[in-house]
Amino acid sequence: MFRYMPVSAMIGLTLTGLYFLAAIFAPLIAPYGMAQVVGDVWEPSSREHLLGTDNIGRDLLTRMIYGGRTTIFIATMATILSFVTGSILGFLAAVLGGWADQVLSRMVDLLMAIPSLILALVVLAVLPVTVTTLIVVMGLLDATRVFRLARAVAVDINVMDYVEAAKLRGEGRGWIIFREILPNALSPLVAELGLRFIFMVLFISTLSFLGLGVQPPLADWGGIVKENKDGIIYGIGAALYPAIAIATLAISVNLVADWVLNRTTSLKGGRG
Amino acid sequence: MHPILKLVSQRIALGLLLLVSSSAMIFGLTEALPGDAAQAVLGQSATPEALENLRREMGLDRPALVRYVEWLGGIVQGDLGTSITNRLDIATSIGSRLSNTLFLAFWAAVVSVPLAIFLGLLAVRYQNRWPDKAISGVTLATISIPEFLIGYVLVYFLAVQMGWFSPLALINDTMTLGEKLHSIALPVAVLTMVVLAHMMRMTRAAILNVMQSAYIETAELKGLSSFDVIRKHAFPNAIAPIVTVVMLNLAYLVVGVVVVEVVFVYPGMGQFLVDAVVKRDVPVVLACGVIFAAIYISLNLAADVVSILANPRLRHPK
Repeated sequence: MFRYMPVSAMIGLTLTGLYFLAAIFAPLIAPYGMAQVVGDVWEPSSREHLLGTDNIGRDLLTRMIYGGRTTIFIATMATILSFVTGSILGFLAAVLGGWADQVLSRMVDLLMAIPSLILALVVLAVLPVTVTTLIVVMGLLDATRVFRLARAVAVDINVMDYVEAAKLRGEGRGWIIFREILPNALSPLVAELGLRFIFMVLFISTLSFLGLGVQPPLADWGGIVKENKDGIIYGIGAALYPAIAIATLAISVNLVADWVLNRTTSLKGGRG
Repeated sequence: MHPILKLVSQRIALGLLLLVSSSAMIFGLTEALPGDAAQAVLGQSATPEALENLRREMGLDRPALVRYVEWLGGIVQGDLGTSITNRLDIATSIGSRLSNTLFLAFWAAVVSVPLAIFLGLLAVRYQNRWPDKAISGVTLATISIPEFLIGYVLVYFLAVQMGWFSPLALINDTMTLGEKLHSIALPVAVLTMVVLAHMMRMTRAAILNVMQSAYIETAELKGLSSFDVIRKHAFPNAIAPIVTVVMLNLAYLVVGVVVVEVVFVYPGMGQFLVDAVVKRDVPVVLACGVIFAAIYISLNLAADVVSILANPRLRHPK
C-alpha cells in the first residue's frame, strides 16, 4: 500500500501523524502547565520560551501544544459524529426510498439552504457553549454534507446485482446496509473524511476566534488568536503561530486526502 | 405561458418556499432548544417566578406558532422587533450596518470576480505548466487558512510593519468614497483571497470540461490560436457554470464577512450578529440570521435562474 506513495502524500501523512501524536501526548511534551503563568506579558522567544509568552505571560509553545490537542480532539469527534449520522441516514434513505428518503432529503436541503456558520451562531445563542455542545452542533450541521454523499453512493450500489442477491436471499436491512453497502461505499467516504476534518478544524477555530467556541482557560488555536490579537498592533506576532499550525495541518491532511482520492478513483470498483 | 417563464417562476416560488421554511427552522431551533430569551436575560440562577414574570412580559408564554406568525408578519412589514439588551428597535440598528456590509461585499466582488475568471483562463491556457501549478498551489494555501488568520497576517505585514493601511476598518458617512475604499482595502483583500481560490478552480474546471468537446478540437484543427479557441468557443459555453460559481461565491462572501468584520472591527451586520450571540440577544440573532439566510438563498436562486437562461439544455426537465 505504501510502496507507490508519492512524496507529497508521504510528507502529508508524516506531518498529520506528528500533529496527532503531539495532541495525544500533549501533557508529556509541553514544557509547562497549560494555564501556568511563567513569565512577563508577550516576552520574545528565548531559550526558556521557544515561542515567547502570551498576553498574560503563559508559555506560548505550551499553549499551542495544548491548543492543538483541544482543536484536534473537537474536530475529530465532530467528524466522527458527522460521518456516523450522515452515512447511516444516507444509506437508510437510499435503501428505504419512498417517503423516508423524501423527508430526509428535504430536511437536509433545508439545513443546507442556510450557511452553517449562521446556523451554528443561531443555535449557540440559546445553548450553553460547552465542548459537548460544540461537537454536537458542528457534527450534526456537517452531517448534511456526508448524508448527500453517502446517499448518492448508496443509491448506485443499491441496484447492484450482489445487493439484489442479498435481498432475494432474505437478508434484513441491517445486513444490506452494513455488509453490502458500507464496504463498497467506504472509499469515497474515506476520501471525504479528510476534507470534512479540515473543515471542522477551520470551523472550530473560527467559532473560538469569535468567542463562541472553546472557553478560556482551555487553550485552542482559534482562542490563541483571540487572546493575542491585540498584540498585533504593537508588532507582536503571537497571534500568527496558530495560522502556521492550522495551515500546515490542513495542507497535510489535504495532501493525504488527494492521494486517497486518486487511489480510489484509479481502482474504481475495487476495494481500495 | 412561455416555457422559460414558467420554469423560472416555478424556481422563484420554490425559493420563496425555502425562504419561509428556513425562517421557520431558525425560529424553531431557538424555540426547541432548552433555554429561551428570558433565561438568557436572567441567567441560569434565576428563580422560576422571575422567569415566569419576564416570559409573560415578553409575550413568551403564548404558543410558539402564534409568535412565529406574528414575527414573520412583522419581518414582511419591516418590523424586526426590539433588542432585549438595549430595548432599541432592531430594524433601525440594522439599516446602516446592512448597507456597510453590502458595501464591503460589493467591492470584494468587484475585485475578485474578474480576477478569478482571468486567473482561471490563465490556468487553462498554461495547463500543467508552471503558471497553472503556481496558481493551484496558492489556492490550496488560501483554502487551508481560516479567513480571520489571513486577515491578521495581512494586518501584521501591511498595516503594522509597512504602515500602508489602518489595522481597523472604521467607516462613517462623512468620509469620501476614496477614504472609505482605502479603509476597507484590507478586508476586501481578505475576502477576495477567500473566494478567489474556489471561484478560480471552478472556472478552470468548467473551461477544461468544455475543452474536451469535439467542437473545440475542430476549432484547434482549423488553426485558431489557443487564446482564440478559449475566447470564441470555450468561454461562451462555459459561461453558465462560471456564473453559477460566481453566484455561489457571492453567497459565500456574505458569510465570510461575518468573520472578517470582527477582525477589522467593521461596523456591519456580521459584527452585530456575533455581539448579539455573545450577549444572547435572541431577537437580534433571529433578525440577523433571517437576513443572512435570505441573502444567501436569493443569490443561490439567482444562480439557478441564470444557469437556466444561459443553458438551453436545462430548460427541458428529463
